[in-house]
Amino acid sequence: MVTVGLTHFLIISTLLFSMGIYAIITRKNAVMVLMGVELILNSANINFIAFSRFGNFGYNGQLIALFVIVLAAAEAAIALAIVLNIYKNLSTVNVDEVDNLKE
Amino acid sequence: MNIYDLIFYLFAALTLISAFFVVTNKNIVHSAFYLLFTFFGVAGIYVLLGADFVAIVQLIVYVGGILILLLFGVMLTNKITNVEIKTGTINIFSATVGVGLFAGVLLAAVLYAPWKVSVLQEPVSTTGILGNLLMNEYVLVFELLGIILLIALIGAASIARR
Repeated sequence: MVTVGLTHFLIISTLLFSMGIYAIITRKNAVMVLMGVELILNSANINFIAFSRFGNFGYNGQLIALFVIVLAAAEAAIALAIVLNIYKNLSTVNVDEVDNLKE
Repeated sequence: MNIYDLIFYLFAALTLISAFFVVTNKNIVHSAFYLLFTFFGVAGIYVLLGADFVAIVQLIVYVGGILILLLFGVMLTNKITNVEIKTGTINIFSATVGVGLFAGVLLAAVLYAPWKVSVLQEPVSTTGILGNLLMNEYVLVFELLGIILLIALIGAASIARR
């Protein structure tokens, strides 16, 4: 247990990123895939803020993290609308069964 | 080992353990609730990095907005009455090996890279600083994000109602 520095935060974000990739690859449900994407965006945000704190970059990193959060909100809204539409048309949200855009 | 390190390890454990449960739990509603703890832990890490405003925005937008949206998505696309809320999994073996290798390479890169760390300043309240940056240097990005949110709102409403 050494004192906490930049590397600790980078390790956390690496592990979060890997778990997000794992969720995207293994899950069938489209909403679970979205959760994986959110995990990945969070890990990227941790990186931005960690470098903004430990590097000599001012506060640009924190601002870009804010932009990422805004884009994540927009992405989640659009993606869930698409998922609802797919469910209405095809009665399933499993991404391996949705192989055409319209029945 | 001071109190900062202790709080860091607490939030790190909260984040990583709940994220692990998110990606391994079979029940998708449980996954959504574990995601709540992940977002909360990440907000705590932001606070430890001196980003108080981003932490609050994370709590408001992620926990208050995106997580509720995801739960709506789960509830609207699964039949709650018959127990068909479990999510199937595919590619478990290859995904475990691939992601394990990927994480190993990334961890090695992080651990062995010669990071240059500047002298740490005392964390200050960032709300005013971020507001100034947003209104001066980044004002074009700010306006574009407003337009993107408007388009996303209209698009989501029109797609979902079709």
